[in-house]
Order: sequence, then structure tokens, then C-alpha cells
Amino acid sequence: MFDKILIANRGEIACRIIRSARRMGISTVAVYSEADRGGLHTEMADEAVAIGPASAAESYLVADKIIAACKQTGAQAVHPGFGFLAENAAFVEAVQAAGLVFIGPQASAIRAMGDKIESKRLAAAAKVTTVPGHMDLIADEAEAARIAGEIGYPVMIKASAGGGGKGMRIARNDDEARAGFQSARNEARASFGDDRVFIEKFIEQPRHVEIQVLADAHGNTLYLGERECSIQRRHQKVIEEAPSPLLDAKTRAAMGAQAVALAKAVGYQSAGTVEFIADQKKNFYFLEMNTRIQVEHPVTEMVADLDLVEWMIRVAAGEKLPLRQKDVKLNGWAVEARVYAEDPTRGFLPSIGRLTRYQEPPASDSLRVDSGVTEGSEITVHYDPMIAKVVAHGATRVAAIDELQAALDAFQIRGLNHNLSFLTAVLGHERFRAGRLSTEFIAEEFPDGFRATASPAAHAVMIAVAAVVQRCCAAREMGRASDDWVVSLNGETHSLQVSASGGGFQVGEQTVETDWRPGETLFRGRIDGRPIAAQIERHGTRWRLRHGGAEIEVQVFRPHVAELAARMPIKEPPDLSRFLLSPMPGLLVKVAVETGQEVKAGEELAVVEAMKMENVLRAERDGTVAKIHAQAGASLTVDQAILEFA
Amino acid sequence: MQDIIRRLEEMRAGARAGGGERRVQAQHAKGKLSARERIDILLDEGSFEEWDMFVEHRCQDFGMPEQKVPGDGVVTGHGTVNGRPIFVFSQDFTVFGGSLSEAHAEKICKVMDKALQVGAPVVGLNDSGGARIQEGVASLAGYADVFQRNVMASGVVPQISLIMGPCAGGAVYSPAMTDFIFMVKDSSYMFVTGPDVVKTVTHETVTHEELGGAVTHTTKSGVADLAFENDVEALLEVRRFIDFLPGSNRAPPPVRETTDPADREEPSLDTLVPPDPNKPYDMKELIEKVVDEGDFFEVQPTFAKNIIVGFARMEGRTVGIVANQPMVLAGCLDIASSTKAARFVRFCDCFNIPILTFVDVPGFMPGTAQEHGGIIKHGAKLLFAFAEATVPKVTVITRKAYGGAYDVMSSKHIRGDVNYAWPTAEIAVMGPKGAVEIIFRGDLGDTAKIEARTEEYRQTFANPFVAASRGFIDDVIMPHGTRRRLCRSLALLRDKRLENPWKKHDNLPL
Repeated sequence: MFDKILIANRGEIACRIIRSARRMGISTVAVYSEADRGGLHTEMADEAVAIGPASAAESYLVADKIIAACKQTGAQAVHPGFGFLAENAAFVEAVQAAGLVFIGPQASAIRAMGDKIESKRLAAAAKVTTVPGHMDLIADEAEAARIAGEIGYPVMIKASAGGGGKGMRIARNDDEARAGFQSARNEARASFGDDRVFIEKFIEQPRHVEIQVLADAHGNTLYLGERECSIQRRHQKVIEEAPSPLLDAKTRAAMGAQAVALAKAVGYQSAGTVEFIADQKKNFYFLEMNTRIQVEHPVTEMVADLDLVEWMIRVAAGEKLPLRQKDVKLNGWAVEARVYAEDPTRGFLPSIGRLTRYQEPPASDSLRVDSGVTEGSEITVHYDPMIAKVVAHGATRVAAIDELQAALDAFQIRGLNHNLSFLTAVLGHERFRAGRLSTEFIAEEFPDGFRATASPAAHAVMIAVAAVVQRCCAAREMGRASDDWVVSLNGETHSLQVSASGGGFQVGEQTVETDWRPGETLFRGRIDGRPIAAQIERHGTRWRLRHGGAEIEVQVFRPHVAELAARMPIKEPPDLSRFLLSPMPGLLVKVAVETGQEVKAGEELAVVEAMKMENVLRAERDGTVAKIHAQAGASLTVDQAILEFA
Repeated sequence: MQDIIRRLEEMRAGARAGGGERRVQAQHAKGKLSARERIDILLDEGSFEEWDMFVEHRCQDFGMPEQKVPGDGVVTGHGTVNGRPIFVFSQDFTVFGGSLSEAHAEKICKVMDKALQVGAPVVGLNDSGGARIQEGVASLAGYADVFQRNVMASGVVPQISLIMGPCAGGAVYSPAMTDFIFMVKDSSYMFVTGPDVVKTVTHETVTHEELGGAVTHTTKSGVADLAFENDVEALLEVRRFIDFLPGSNRAPPPVRETTDPADREEPSLDTLVPPDPNKPYDMKELIEKVVDEGDFFEVQPTFAKNIIVGFARMEGRTVGIVANQPMVLAGCLDIASSTKAARFVRFCDCFNIPILTFVDVPGFMPGTAQEHGGIIKHGAKLLFAFAEATVPKVTVITRKAYGGAYDVMSSKHIRGDVNYAWPTAEIAVMGPKGAVEIIFRGDLGDTAKIEARTEEYRQTFANPFVAASRGFIDDVIMPHGTRRRLCRSLALLRDKRLENPWKKHDNLPL
């Protein structure tokens, strides 16, 4: 076994690898860019080596710097994590040439699986099912219909040069295949100047199911069940789980056998993932193989009760897997949610900044949080905006989802925008809970984007919490507290009796037990015996709450005040659609237009520099510039008006 | 007896009706509450003791004898806010437009006189069309009587003005002399002369809101301290605000029980100051992480944002906070921020409220606008205010403390009681670059030399140790332990005694 390994990565995966290594008694070396100086992974590791500027291309992606850091510290092996150099065959060879061990598969396997055509060919040769299709040129409509019929409807007719949805047609019968062939070809010619089209099986409501494989250098290759990662947004996985609610034992065994066959075909030795696309009838087709540890590996670890990173290290050190396929036992259900720095209510715009408050939900046997940040850490534009992964395990799928939801409610993040409410809303969605997943889920269920609106149950919880919190504050300020309160939100009011009873509170029909104290930003307690958590922030006379995928702002009044408050005018928020607002805090580098100038949609209006990135702001529609509110050189806050249209 | 009681009830009903149903409805239609409704929100339920309900005006002209409303356009008395007494007057716009008559003024003077005697704050709810023109000079005399009392009460009991309607002409000078002015957005305005006169005299066309609305006075003029969305919010915020203040200059600041530990550590403060000395950070994060429960009541949050002032509590006891804000103008001191902070410091000193100062100041703002605007005199106000203050003064330098601005910001030299510096502090005459360009003027063409000199200067002065070696800094503290160190210092200073030499009053550079 190695005495010391280097982790050629950053953030949560670096921390996660260090944890396993430390448990195995292996010393660890972290590497860091200038932007990650003082980062959690550098503090956790026994040693840390600086490898250059913030830009990954000048630091984490430079093989020579990684190898030099190994030499400098005497590390014997390198774990690449995921991303960066993880699937770079040349890096593997360079590591080996330097007399070091790469903790991962061999260069040949990476290379074979890294090539889309080669990997499909290898898969087909290993009798792995691939998406049926016809890759050769199609002469005319009749041939198109014949080929489509052979593949089996529905089919997708696609332009070879295609992209952006152009030159794509779905056909469900021969007539549609003929018509689709023509129109796809015309569109392809018009759009790309290339009228070649091909046909492949169209998978409706596709699901992303992948098999975790683990292989040693002694010919033992296992599969550790599957993960379903259908909840994606723009090909970015958001929620993953193991097992998949789609599969039955037979399909699982068939998929597992194919994955193992493919791994064996490329002589795979390490942990890897074979990705499949599946239809709702459990037909599955090979997509690609990822020759690295995956972001979502913890769900497999929780159901299989083993440490994949540990086994990657052991396999790399030449150890034999002690397990045989029959020994693999999968237990219960695990669900993972990826917490990103982004604003789900604004088209998931990435968010950056300092984590001014950051408190993870407490870990337990059934809850795991993998992260690479602490309170005060900075989320920068340089790297992936993932803040943390929260993984819950339960005996059943529902139990795991419930636990994960509660954990997200208790997760405190301030200082930047995050997707905690969105994640909680997905987990609470009826269709998600029913397991009717597909990669279209988010697009279909949130077609107009996400608004953090509350389910009736979450709403009731927040109303009760607000009432209790207000009463606690009033009791402290007055030395005593009245029992009748009115919770007011958006003109809607709820009159509630809030009385102290047996250490807790009776709030209307609900019993609330809590030891919340004024000033705490996390409310924990039980409502009618059910544990709940809610984020709570005071803003003057208002309370802002987050719970169950929703965020609300309420005021809690004494009844006589509520009556008068009801008289207060409802002020329309100012119409900001005429304004160009700064989407982020930054420096206004340039205003590209002048007062009175007519602009066309798409025309450049201004440039805002934030974190050394220049963001060009363009006109959303035609209009005339009425007034410029900020001049070049001004430092802007988020939502500050830059200019105004007539 | 029965008759008398019946008559009393009738008179009370008459007074409560104010200007009558129709006018009250008109008031409501403007989104405004009536004078009594406002008092109901401001005071603890059932605590209002009304005075002078039966006072009427004594005007004999212009048919006024036929128009009398008991109370004469202002509701006065006292009550409690979270159990502590305050005095209140609430002008009633439904009665003669809330205009100030001789009798109206007498009612206000009466509560102010009593407030001074018993030592309780005065809250004025202003909603008045101005002088009672029918009374002529008697009305003006009434204003002056109120003004005189504002001045006598200044520094003795806290005075808070809430502008909830018009407040124009001479009427503005009563609120102007109180300690804090809060305004309600869209329904209140303050100006010396209104838009019509402005149009005639200067040919400027301006709306009431632009000329003297809540947003104007809390962002442009700095006349008002806070702007609120509506009457209810404004009144509830005044309740929250009063909780921070002592009843008078003879009373200690109130104490609120808290479960927030005095030794709470905040590890993230260790990374608050960025490694790059030119990168800003939000000073409010430090304030919110250090004070009890993160509860910080900021005053003038939208005016002169390069300095932060407001109230918070440490171990339950009120403190005043003054802090440079590196996010705005790099935290520079300019005319607006100096006067804003100076006034706040003096308020704290009047009312025995200890002052916590967080320093990250690169100096005074350069430029003709500042110099010609009198930065010398206005900057001196803040220096004067800190130097004369005898309350406990505890200072933490987080990063830059350069030049004269270092002296100003509650330094040891002007009787700072406990002065701490974070390890990131740089206490020097100026930043390394500027200093080198002066000291080594001869080397200016030689970039390598200048860089080496700059580094040398940085090593020598860009740290807290030179100041600490002279005792100007009592200790260099770790950011995460700031709350603990501040709580200990404040506990130590609780019974601090320090008196300035006897004087009639000082001569602050106005």
C-alpha cells in the first residue's frame, strides 16, 4: 500500500478522497491554485502544494505541475478525482512514466472509452445493446421509410451536421418518416449547407440509468447496482438515486452483465461507470462509459455499504477485491441532491460570492454531506459552482426522500443564491415521488422556470413557525405575550391562537414543540410530532422563511394592528422592464449606447466586469434609450439600473 | 352627576371623531392612518394615557369660533413601548389639516416639558399642513415654543420624529432638531418651500416626492434617517428602535436578555479580509457576526454608505456602531460620511451608549468637490465628536488605518479606551505605493527599485506591529474571537468615569 498519495483535484471530491486516504492511514498531498489558497482541501491534507494561477488551464490541468508536486512531496500515487485530468490518457502515461501510480484505469481503457465511435464499436462487439440506427447516407424518402420501419417507430431523423434542434424530426409511421426525411433534409441544407441525414431509434421519455463497475487487476470485475440520474437540467445532473425506481431484478442483472462485459472487453481495472439510456419499458441502450469516479458515487456507496475511493486506491496498489458478484448486497435506497450556487428563480443564472453563513445539516448514519467549503469560503467563477452534495439513505425510497428534504430544509447558506428550494421542490413533487422520471422532468414540470411557491402543507408549517417566532420575540420584549396573532403575507391573513402549552405551543390546531431562541436563523422543532426545519431571517418587521421548497415573507401582527395594516396601500413594485439592470455586482466597463439611440434586440448595451469576466449585456427587444443611469467606471450592485428605455 | 358623565362621554366621542367620518376616510384613502390609529400601533395595547383631549383653540377671527374640535388637531399623552414610558404627540390631519395653533403647540409643549422632568423619550408623529394661518403670529409663536423645547430636550431625552404627511415651511425645524427623523414613502414630505414656490423662484419643475419625499431625504439630503413603506411598518420600527434607547441621559441603556454567548466564536471572520488589499469586503458581515443575535438596527443605511452607523447590543446592552464600509468608495471619509457619523457619535455620547468602531479607512476623499465643499471643517466634526466623547470607546482596526483618518476613527490618541487590531491591519501614514512615491521620488523612473521599496515599506508599516509597539494598539486579536474580546472590554468599561472640563458648551466646527 502507498504511504502517501497526491490528489490532483480541489473542492468536495478532493476532501472526500483525503478522508478515505486518511482512514486507510495514507498521508495526503493537496494541490491548489491561487484562488484556492486556504481552501478546505488544503487544510485537510497533510501537505499542500501551490500549482499556479486560478485558471484551471494554468494549474489543475497542467500534468507537469502535478507530477512535479508528487516528486517534491514524495507522493507515490495520484488520484485525479473527476473532471480536470481524470480522463486524460496522456496524463496517465506521464504519471506512469514518472514512476508513479495513477489511481484509476489504464490509459488504454480511457482512450478506448473516450472515443464516441470506438466505444460504441467496442460495446457492440461486447454484445452491449446500443441505440439502433442507420449511420449511412439515405438516398430518398422510400429508403428512409424502409430503414425507419426496420429500426422500429418512433424514430428520430437527424441532420449529420445538426445542432440546436435544427434538422431534427420525429416520425411515428412511414408517412411521417417520408415527410420528416424531406423536411429534415431541406432544413439541414438551409441551415448547415449539408443535407446528409441519418435515422436512429427515438426514445420517448428517456431515463438515464448507469451501472457502477469495480474491477481489480486480477480479473475480478463486479457491478454494484445502478444509479438513476434522470433529473437533469441541460445535461447537468441534479438529483441521483440508487437503485433506480425503473429497474427490476432481471433488467438490473442484464444491465450489470453488459456493463461487466464491456469493462472486461477494455481490460478495465478501477471504478468506472457504464451509462445507459432507458425507455419507460425498461429497454436500455449503451450511451458511454465514464472511466473515473462519478460525482454521484455516494448513492452507490450508501446502498452497497462500501467505499469506492478506498477500493480505487487498493486496486491501484495491486490488491484483490475480496468480493464476488454474489457477495454484493444492496441495501435500502439512497438519494443525492447537488447543491449549486445558482439562482433557480432567474433561469438558474450562476451565482458567486462569499458563503457568509454556511451550516450543513448534521451528518448521521443515514445522512452524508460531501462538500469542500466552510463558512467564509468563496464560490468563484473559476470552477464548478457545486457547493455540496447531500445524500440521504432510507429503508425505502420515500424514507430517503423525506430525510433528504428535511436535511435541505436545515441546510443554511447565505451570501449567494443557491438551489436548495428548487431541490426541495423537486423532491416534494408528486411525479418525482411516484418515480415517473425522465430526463425531460425539469423541462416538463417547470416549463416557465422555478418559483418558490409553497405546497399547502409547507405553507401551514411556515405560518405556524412565523407565529411562534413572533410570539417568542414579543414575550422576551414585553416580559409576557398575548395569544392572538395574525400572520399576513401578500394581503392574505391567518388569525391564529398561539398559546404556550407544556413547553411548546398550541398554534391553532397544530402543536409546535421547539427550543428556538430569538436570533437563531434555523428553526428546528416538531409540528404535531413531525420533525421540521425552516430557515428564518428577520428583516425589520418582516420574517423571511424557507421550508419545503418555498420561500415566503410574512409579517405577524397583533389583531388590532393587522386590521390597520389591511388598510395600507398595496404598492405595485416599480416596473423595471424598461430598465437594463446589472445582473451581478461588478464594474461597469462600458456603456455602448447613448441617450436617444435606437437599438435593436441583441445589440450590445453595456459591458459589466465581474470577477475578471466581461459580461456583455444585450437589448432584449428593440427600443430607444431614454436615460443612462450609470457611467463607465461605476461599480454596480446587483439589480442596479444601468440605463432606461423610453 | 349622570349629566356630567354623559357630557364627558359626548365630548370624548367628539374628540375621538377628529375631523369627522368623511375626513378620516379621505385620510385612509391616501393610505394614511388617523392620529389615534397611529398611537394604537406605536404604544403597548391599552397603555395610552391621553392628555388635553378637551383643549380647543382660542381664535376669534375668520369664523373660527364656530369651528372647534376638541383636541385641536393633535393627540397628546404618554404610554409605554414594551413596558417603558414614552411621550407622544400625533398630529391629526383631519382636524384643520393638522395645522398648528397656539393651543395645539401648548399641548405639544406640555408633553415635552413632562418628558424632560420624568426622563422619557418623545416621539412626534408629524402630519400637518403647517401654521394655523387664521391665528397669525400666535401660531408662529407656538412653533417657536416647540423649537425652544426641542433644543432644551436635546441631549436630555431622545426625540424621534416620524413624518407621516406634509411637513413644510417652518414646521420642518422642529423635526430637524430632534435626534432621528423617520419618513413614510410616498405619503410624507418635508421641505422649506414647496414645488410651487420653487417653480416661481428658480424655474425648476419638481414634484413633492422629488423635492422632499422620503427617498430624497434618505438618499440625497441625509435629512431623514430611515424611510418605510407605510404607516404600520414605520410605527412598528419605531417601537423596535426605542428598545435600544435609554429614557434619558440620566438612565442607563436598557438591557435585553439574550442567549447569545459572549464568547461565541466566528471562524469565518478569519477570512473576511481578502488577501488582496484593494479588494472590498462587506463590513456589515463583521457587524452582524459580532453583535447579539446578528440584530443590527442601521441608521441612514442609504445615505453616505461609505460609513455605517447604527445600534446593536452586546450581552444585551445597547452599543452604537460606527464602521467604515470598504464596499463603498473604499470606505473613504468624505463630507457626507463625516457629518453622518459625527452626529451619531454625539447622540451616543449624550445618552451614555458605548461606541464600537470598526476601522478600514484609506483616508479622506480627495478632489475639488470635497475641498470646496469644506471637507476640512466637516471632517473635523467627526474628529471632534470622537475626541469629546466620554462614553466607553472600543475600536477594532480590520485593515487600513491610514493618515489623519486613522487618528479620527476613535484612535487611542483621542481617548479610545481599548483599541484592537486584526493581524491584517495596516496602520500607516498612507498606503505603501503612495508613500514610496514620495519618499523615493528620485527612483520614480526605476520600476524595479520602486517595487522593492514598496515591498520594503509594506513589510515595515503595512502591519499592526509598529502601532502596537508604541501602545497605540492594546492587542492584536484574531478575528474569530472579536466578539469575546469586545464583550470583555465593554464589561470592563461599564462603570468608566471620564469628565471633560467644565464649559458652557463646546464649539464644534459647524
